[in-house]
Amino acid sequence: MTLSLVTLAQALGPVQQDHLLQARQMQALSFAVHIPLVCFGIAFPLMVLVMEWMGHRTGDPLYLAIARRWSRIMVALFAVGVITGTILSFEMGLLWPNFTATFGGVFGLGFAIEGFSFFLEAIFIGIYIYGWDRLSPRAHMLSAVPIVLTGFTGSLMVIAVNAWMNHPSGFRLVRGQAVDISPVDALFGNSYLWHELVHMYLAGYIVTGFVVAGAYAVARLRGRWGRYERTALVVPLTIAALASPVQVLVGDWAARDVAEAQPTKLAALEGLAKTERGAPIHVLGWYHDGEVKFGIGIPKMLSVLAFHDPNARVDGLDAVAPEDRPPVNIVRICFQVMVGIGTLLALLGVIVLYMRVRRRRLPQWRWFYYGLAAAGPLSVVALICGWITTEVGRQPWVVYRVMRTSESVTAAGGIPIGYATLWVVYLAVGVGVVWILRRLARAPMAVARD
Amino acid sequence: MVFVLLGLVFYVVLGGADFGAAIWQVVPGSGERGERIREHAHEAVGPVWEANHVWLIFVLTVTWTAYPVAFGSLASTLCVALFIAGLGIIVRGAAYALRSGTTDRREIGRIDAASAVSSILTPFALGAAIGGIASGRVPVGNATGDLITSWLNPTSILIGALAVVFCAYLAAVYLSADAVRRGEADLVAPFRVRALVAGSVAGALSIGGLVVLHEDAYRLYHELLAGDGLPALIVSVIAGLATFALVVRERFEPARYTAAVAVAAIVAGWALAQSPVFLPGLTVEEAAASHDVLVATVVAVVGGAIILFPSLVLLFRLTLGGQLGHGHEERPEPPGPARELVLAAAPGLLGRVAAACLVAGFGLLTVAEAGWAHAVGVVALFAFIVVGFAGAAPALLDDEPAGG
Repeated sequence: MTLSLVTLAQALGPVQQDHLLQARQMQALSFAVHIPLVCFGIAFPLMVLVMEWMGHRTGDPLYLAIARRWSRIMVALFAVGVITGTILSFEMGLLWPNFTATFGGVFGLGFAIEGFSFFLEAIFIGIYIYGWDRLSPRAHMLSAVPIVLTGFTGSLMVIAVNAWMNHPSGFRLVRGQAVDISPVDALFGNSYLWHELVHMYLAGYIVTGFVVAGAYAVARLRGRWGRYERTALVVPLTIAALASPVQVLVGDWAARDVAEAQPTKLAALEGLAKTERGAPIHVLGWYHDGEVKFGIGIPKMLSVLAFHDPNARVDGLDAVAPEDRPPVNIVRICFQVMVGIGTLLALLGVIVLYMRVRRRRLPQWRWFYYGLAAAGPLSVVALICGWITTEVGRQPWVVYRVMRTSESVTAAGGIPIGYATLWVVYLAVGVGVVWILRRLARAPMAVARD
Repeated sequence: MVFVLLGLVFYVVLGGADFGAAIWQVVPGSGERGERIREHAHEAVGPVWEANHVWLIFVLTVTWTAYPVAFGSLASTLCVALFIAGLGIIVRGAAYALRSGTTDRREIGRIDAASAVSSILTPFALGAAIGGIASGRVPVGNATGDLITSWLNPTSILIGALAVVFCAYLAAVYLSADAVRRGEADLVAPFRVRALVAGSVAGALSIGGLVVLHEDAYRLYHELLAGDGLPALIVSVIAGLATFALVVRERFEPARYTAAVAVAAIVAGWALAQSPVFLPGLTVEEAAASHDVLVATVVAVVGGAIILFPSLVLLFRLTLGGQLGHGHEERPEPPGPARELVLAAAPGLLGRVAAACLVAGFGLLTVAEAGWAHAVGVVALFAFIVVGFAGAAPALLDDEPAGG
């Protein structure tokens, strides 16, 4: 890819924006609210479907009751996901008009198809919810299959756009305008797509699995532990327990791709100031003045992990000019939090699997259920930290080494007002969601049939 | 362009009715009947709510793909109006999601009030934004237009108000039809009255609005009355009158469609009157993205539509018709002999297969370097999760805790 690093003569002309940081935070807030809901959109339908399928196979009404209950939670979370997703698509234009104006033709196709997936998902969720008691069991289960598939294609499309922003291709820049655009190449011919997609898709299952299982772990800690709670805990927990160790391998794969295509991001992740051979890794610590303070260093580990060679050369931050470097500490700390939590979750998963193989049962220790209850929120934290890592790690570029974020922002004023308003509204929505989930959880099982 | 408009039309006709239904929720009067009116308005939109709203996302994404510069210009200049619309959508959606969680009368009242306010705000803000485009107040550039007067001007206010009234009107007609279908005879009359009132207001506002357009956006006025927009305007008037007549005669089912046609024709009329200019100094032709992008977009949209519309029809048939393919209870088939064999061998076998998949995945994804190896590795790891679930879950489900 040969892209010159010229400043863009953007499609809409130059920008003067004093509130770039607030605009970025506003976008980040919207994503942080939306992404956990995305996880439920990706993974929850399959879990509901598995429950229903087991119910029909065994003829046990308990499974069906759980599936019915979960499907109401699914639809409530999906509705909130629709509105937060609408806000995101508004913000793409409201906050970053120069980005959409210059490159809308390159990446827009992804969002158009994503719109369709989202649409189909909405339609079939409607059919699924409305179809309890109105469709035959087989037709009803079939109506859930498109929900699972569109959850996948939807995330595929959004990730394709993000992968393109991190690793742009499929167009040429001539005087600040994108020409010779091939949207299909840009979105799907991108080597960066695959690790991001797999990483996010698995994250969806891990987050949903641990959050749902965590809720029932809390029930157990409070002394409610019947067949209902156990069944509703085992299914999501098993999925999350299997997915979380796999995620460690996938994350390692992602990091190797980052090392190749975005060396500066890798340098920020690891706080590596100078380009060197046999680069070390530091665990914990704080990046200051070109070195990691108070960290535990492991010599040559970064070269081994990134390039499978203890003496491989790793680019440091000094490989690019200071104004082209991302804020190291934010990226590095988020990365460490993600990896740390991810490792703990994987450990929790391994414990579950070990107990299953050895004792053929769930662990009985009380601390295990405390850990599980914490795993839900922690997995969401890891998810958001992961996105901060990849998005802030891309800075100062909105399209990596092609367009700066500061060049894409709107020239309109009033961003702080919008940002504050969005906080208030999202806090209210958050309170509302918690309230409705508690309501749904308190409804007795028999009432769940409507 | 046609797709954007089609999307817009569907959003207005279906999503608009949803806002309208919410508006009616707040003015039903009190007492038992008022409560049933509210319930009815909520239930009628229930199953199709999300689907209605995705139209808007569709319009946005197709616009920025096919008309990037125009989208950037209007999103930055009209940001206040669009932000208000966005907030309204959040509140309306949240209210919808929350409402199903409660049965408390006071709580429902508050939720309905919030959703009605937001349902007036959103169509107004979107209509006002369209008014800004229609009256040529959105220049090309990053927020180069006036942030306030671009959407707070006579034309915008007119179109915003029209949008609200149209929403209410559509909803009242749809809800009358739904009340008839559900056999709730006592609800038919109040919605019929509402439909007639809203229809009259819409008609009066449209005629009065022509004066506003004459003063404020003469080009649009001229094109609408004497140019390309005229046929659409005539269709709209005829459909509007037909709806009125049908509602008076209590033939709500056909009225549902004529009302939709009347409103859709207005949108089409605006587009025809406006064309070929998109923004001042920028025609639709010039605003379009490159040929390849348009081809890809059209392919995606048509391909999507082929899957989408049958699904949508299925959903509407289900919600409007009540039932679908019901009647024969299928029993779960007993596991066949082959299946029993697998199940009997399951615990040990599945465990080993899962472990093998994990090892293969690790080798291919982490150790190997080639792209194809990574792909196979990912598949192996997913197989590990699936097989592992099949192997692990049943035993854990049967696990009876010793002491709770």
